[in-house]
Amino acid sequence: MSEPEGRGVAWTEERGTSDEGRRRLKAPRRRAGEGADISGPTADPDAEPDAQVRVTRSRRSTLWAGIAAVVIVVVLGYLPYAVYSGTTNLLVDFFLLLVMASTWNLLAGYAGLVSVGQQAFIGLGAYFVLILADHGTSPFLAIPVATLLAGIVGLPVWWLVSRLRSGYFSITMWVIASVCELVIIQISSLGGGTGAALPGLNLSPTLITAYTYWATMIVAVVVLAVIYYLLRSPIGLVLTAIRDDETGARSIGTRVARTRRLVFMVAAAGCGAAGALYIISQQFVVPTAAFSVQWSAEMIFITIIGGIGTIEGPILGTIVFFVLQQTLSHYGTWYWIILGVVAMAVAIWAPRGLWGLISDKLGLRLFPVGYYLWPAGSVPRRRR
Amino acid sequence: MTWVNAVIQGILIGGLYALFACGLSLLFGVMNVINLAHGDLAVVAAYVALGVVAITHVPAVWAFLIVVPIFAVLGYVIQRTLFQAALHRSVLTTMLVTFGLSVVIENGLQQFLSANSHSIGIGSLVSDSFSIGSQITIAYLNLAILVVAVIVLLGLQYFLSSTTNGRLIRAVADDREAAQISGINYRHVFGIAAAIAFGTVALAGIAFGMFTQFDPTIGTDQLLLFAFEAVVIGGLGSLWGTLAGGILLGIAQEIGANIATADQVLAGQLLFLLILVVRPQGITIRREPRPI
Repeated sequence: MSEPEGRGVAWTEERGTSDEGRRRLKAPRRRAGEGADISGPTADPDAEPDAQVRVTRSRRSTLWAGIAAVVIVVVLGYLPYAVYSGTTNLLVDFFLLLVMASTWNLLAGYAGLVSVGQQAFIGLGAYFVLILADHGTSPFLAIPVATLLAGIVGLPVWWLVSRLRSGYFSITMWVIASVCELVIIQISSLGGGTGAALPGLNLSPTLITAYTYWATMIVAVVVLAVIYYLLRSPIGLVLTAIRDDETGARSIGTRVARTRRLVFMVAAAGCGAAGALYIISQQFVVPTAAFSVQWSAEMIFITIIGGIGTIEGPILGTIVFFVLQQTLSHYGTWYWIILGVVAMAVAIWAPRGLWGLISDKLGLRLFPVGYYLWPAGSVPRRRR
Repeated sequence: MTWVNAVIQGILIGGLYALFACGLSLLFGVMNVINLAHGDLAVVAAYVALGVVAITHVPAVWAFLIVVPIFAVLGYVIQRTLFQAALHRSVLTTMLVTFGLSVVIENGLQQFLSANSHSIGIGSLVSDSFSIGSQITIAYLNLAILVVAVIVLLGLQYFLSSTTNGRLIRAVADDREAAQISGINYRHVFGIAAAIAFGTVALAGIAFGMFTQFDPTIGTDQLLLFAFEAVVIGGLGSLWGTLAGGILLGIAQEIGANIATADQVLAGQLLFLLILVVRPQGITIRREPRPI
């Protein structure tokens, strides 16, 4: 989803300075790998002495967001000691949705790859765990292996789909997911079409719930961290360039194909992890559910409603989706009808989603992946 | 002999797949958008035909004459409103909107018409058949559907090559901006293309409803993917390629079903992936492969 304006790398305080600012963006780009969250206003090394525009990667709100993120993770990590397993089980679902939506957003929102077949990797992740557990591995130890395997499977799939244009890509991924399902159904040692229970979870139910919760939380945090790291790295610049204007990105010589391959494999691995956690949380897997296109519907709706092409969007979207799910789920199909209509409306009339509306109003950015321009007169207060 | 029978049955069912595929192919060719709600629209058409037959008690065949025009008008309206609004954003937005539409339709059908299977009653015609030799039987219905498919494709071919609107569609498909400069209202042309696509998918959906049982989920589970596979196997932009693609898909499925019932759908999909690897431009397009 590309948009002509208002979504650039640079976020400007005043529109008039944006041209000057873009020219000056070059210097910090070289330091893009640095992890310093709060870099403060830094002088451009080869800047003219009378440079009026400063570029930073963060603002005050970023610091607070970072602190809040740490607090949230600590609180969430402590939860199994504090609340009933019903609550943590709900949060497991929440984290699963968050992982799926965030990786789909990376794929569609940044790399322009609208896949309707990510359930292929969810199902494969689940079945990798099942196979490993059948051979005596602890399911929890199988999570990273399944994640890695799903990412590796992503490579041959990418060879197959990489040359396809947008619509062809989407639906070919769907066919691939369907092929995976039909093949798994035929393997009777994996339970065939009727499904199989996950062996190897010989712990007390309380421990299983807590471990599942922690595993899911860790995966969610790791996935968000990986996406954040990717977008802050030079790859993130390429991705943002693709997001904003693919032709333009190609014409200035960015390695679009290679970056897309990387993103595709990361997204495959993320969905593999989600699938691995899915089978552990259910302790049972059926091919029709594991490879259901409903996963794609959830990822897509969450990302669109939350705001495609931002890290914050899928997080906000997952919260909204989850609240709606909890309040409306007993309406069954109505819930999906409403969700579909809302997603269509948002895609057409508010293509940057809820987070787009919020960040436009408040100028807020929780994950500093872009650059801030400070024209003369609006220089931020120096901290220290 | 069973294999010969499988091939013949595949050819017959291939006509139905081509009927599903031609609308998808046309919309993709003109707007560069895959309509992910394509299969669900076919199912809606089947349900509407069912309702028309139940209310008016006309013979089921008459349902075509009522439902297909309704769908053509519906296609024009949806294109000019919903799809055009999405196209104004981007092609990807349009695809996401068609996906949303697909979910809404599927769940709407389940909500209002239950998840039960139905089929459009056409009396004894559904099972009437004639035999060639001892092992090959050909159902009149399947043969009729194939004939209808060929007639529809011939009509489309004529429409696209020899009428004003057909030329407009081809012009917009080739180069929208150049067509606009020449004074063509591309939105109207998109609307016409969508009207044809919706009309043909309604035709296919009703034929499918006579041919076998349908339920709300079959649109995305099977019909959309079958139509897409037929388009890719045959080659985009060629109506006869679509027919060839549909027939090849049908043959692959029937041969797969002969090996094991579970292999029916899988065989078609493996053929699709094979074509995608070795001949991504489709079997009927001669020119050098280009990224599709």
